[in-house]
Amino acid sequence: MDAFLLQILNGLDKGSAYALIALGLTLIFGTLGVVNFAHGALFMIGAFCAVTVRKFLNLSVETIDPERTDFLGNPLKVKTPYVENWFGPEFGGLIIDWSVPIAILFAIPIMIAVGFIMERGLIKHFYKRPHADQILVTFGLAIVLQEVIKYFYGANPIPTPAPDALNGVANLGAIIGMDLIYPVWRIVYFCFACLIISGVFAFLQFTTFGMVVRAGMADRETVGLLGINIDRRFTIMFGIAAAVAGLAGVMYTPINSPNYHMGMDFLVLSFVVVVVGGMGSLPGAVLAGFVLGILESFASMEWAINLIPGINQIIIYLVAIVILLVRPRGLMGRKGVMED
Amino acid sequence: MSKLDVSRRGLLRTGAVTGAGLALPTIFTAQSASAFTNDPTGGTVTLGFNVPQTGPYADEGADELRAYELAVDHLNGEGDGGMLNSFSSKALQGNGILGKKVEYVTGDTQTKSDAARASAKSMIEKDGAIMISGGSSSGVAIAVQGLCQEAGVIFMAGLTHSNDTTGKDKKANGFRHFFNAYMSGAALAPVLKNLYGDDRKAYHLTADYTWGWTQEESIKAATEALGWETVNTVKTPLAATDFSSYIAPVLNSGADVLILNHYGGNMVNSLTNAVQFGLREKEVNGKNFEIVVPLYSRLMAKGAGANVKGIHGSTNWHWSLQDEGSKAFVRSFGTKYGFPPSQAAHTCYVQTLLYADAVQRAGSFNPCAVGEALEGFEFDGMGNGKTLYRADDHQCFKDVLVVRGKENPTSEFDLLEVVEVTPREQVEYAPDHPMFAGGQLGSCNPGA
Repeated sequence: MDAFLLQILNGLDKGSAYALIALGLTLIFGTLGVVNFAHGALFMIGAFCAVTVRKFLNLSVETIDPERTDFLGNPLKVKTPYVENWFGPEFGGLIIDWSVPIAILFAIPIMIAVGFIMERGLIKHFYKRPHADQILVTFGLAIVLQEVIKYFYGANPIPTPAPDALNGVANLGAIIGMDLIYPVWRIVYFCFACLIISGVFAFLQFTTFGMVVRAGMADRETVGLLGINIDRRFTIMFGIAAAVAGLAGVMYTPINSPNYHMGMDFLVLSFVVVVVGGMGSLPGAVLAGFVLGILESFASMEWAINLIPGINQIIIYLVAIVILLVRPRGLMGRKGVMED
Repeated sequence: MSKLDVSRRGLLRTGAVTGAGLALPTIFTAQSASAFTNDPTGGTVTLGFNVPQTGPYADEGADELRAYELAVDHLNGEGDGGMLNSFSSKALQGNGILGKKVEYVTGDTQTKSDAARASAKSMIEKDGAIMISGGSSSGVAIAVQGLCQEAGVIFMAGLTHSNDTTGKDKKANGFRHFFNAYMSGAALAPVLKNLYGDDRKAYHLTADYTWGWTQEESIKAATEALGWETVNTVKTPLAATDFSSYIAPVLNSGADVLILNHYGGNMVNSLTNAVQFGLREKEVNGKNFEIVVPLYSRLMAKGAGANVKGIHGSTNWHWSLQDEGSKAFVRSFGTKYGFPPSQAAHTCYVQTLLYADAVQRAGSFNPCAVGEALEGFEFDGMGNGKTLYRADDHQCFKDVLVVRGKENPTSEFDLLEVVEVTPREQVEYAPDHPMFAGGQLGSCNPGA
């Protein structure tokens, strides 16, 4: 029973990342009609925002310690971060320790700017081109972005830990007398994902801007005829989608050390999530993200692997095939989307 | 006045004899040139360094390339000579190999077998490389070793740790200096027994490819010989990034040791996830839960950050060693590049010098002569104590290091500390050991 509940938690946790990326993908597809294969790269850039903030906070002044030597036998250069010099070792250390949450503040404007530049600089030229062209150009962009990151940060994963206060484990089963140990940061990640998803839905549902965007998604031409500059709003939505992916990346860094390739690792799975959820359906993307995350976790259990060897590697694609055979438009897909 | 009387028949006969006479040396030259692949005829000799320059192991590949470049410098008499000063063989004089200046070409394996074979093939056929070296993955090393055997050039393996490289997939043209999975198990087991006792229950997570399989088999056999019980062995996909769903079942499995038969990004992520799930603070069967990483790499340990602290594993070499060879290499490398070399850099550097030395001693670039010079060669001064290149399987036998993630590192390179130097005798095995069975060395192929 404990193992079963743990895998549900793992699934929700994995599903959080899938859902956040798929949500952004669907926002872009629903508004601009673009199949954005560079969306995984936005997730990766978000993660590297956290890495960069941590690097900045760790910028140090070097002092020579004559008592100790380095690997070449020269006097050791001891590094002390500037923030520790300015704010004292305790508060300065605390700032560095909380670098990942702090990075959220920096990642939001950066990711919106990256989204704007991507959309205005490249993707808008492909609105009227076939989806195959859009896929090729955005996939190419993704490769360029990851190579740029690799050039500056290298190919090795870079550890970006969670704050010490959120680095331990919590016993979620204590209330019901069970032993259900789970990492605190993964719980934080799930809650954060729920918050972001709720925020995006509330923004679209309860604001005038969101109402216009929804109207534009339903009938772009009519909204345009009413004198509303829907293109500008859609560009803003591209920026918001980029920020959602970026925030998912920032908060993911303590779970797995970020590397330049992490966007590609999520990209294909997130596309499967979008297709299973139904192209253009925001609730479908979120639902499919969590469902596939949970199924993937269950498929990694020993009994599942013993039953069907290799099931852990194919489960998502297997489920996608079954769902698309039974419901060709996905779980919550709308008629007419990508069917012309 | 004399008259030159030349008949048609006489002219033909004279012409044929003269032509044959002129052609004779050329025929011999041509025969000697075609005696083996890429015989260097000019004033230079070309070596091919095949490392991952793109992909997830690009940083390790970059460090390997730095080491190769340094080795070439030292062979050509540039720099401070590095390990040439401590190497027990004094055949190399710093004037190239057999008087020919050493040049090199590089290939990008991308850590993919097909790409690695293609780049090695190109270096052999287009660039005239007489030796190929490199690696960061056993799958790639085995693939390239097979290609070199077919092409008739020597393959000096870089970082490859699978038993199969010098086991069932061994080849007469292939030589490995790096240690292997069996040696890791043999070196680690006594240390684990001293640290954690002989009554333990181990759970294995294993990367699902050749290296992972042999690593699991080796460490499992070594720990079971101590009296440890193996609770479970689970294969994880090589492409896995989040190991939480594999770690979660460990919590309630009754195991009190988790052995991570993972390398590279897999190791970074699985170790990070295991620490996240509180395994290190857990108490099972009245004992502290422990994690073991059989194959450590400093570059990968850096990726796992503080999670490596206190975790034991094995390594081929470490820059903190204080023997003359290690100190010479670290000084050369550190002075040129500003940071200490990795174990991957060390093995690649050593392999290049060993190849050059073998050619020098053999007096020929012929792969069969070079192979003979390497087989059974005993040497010292290269950072691992007295070392033997065993003739039976072309595996080097030397001391193995057991290391532990350092609790208080003084720099970003100071991540591991050597806790034991396991002597060579303890990690040796018979050439027909079952873990290495199934393949034949075959005979050397000079190509051409």
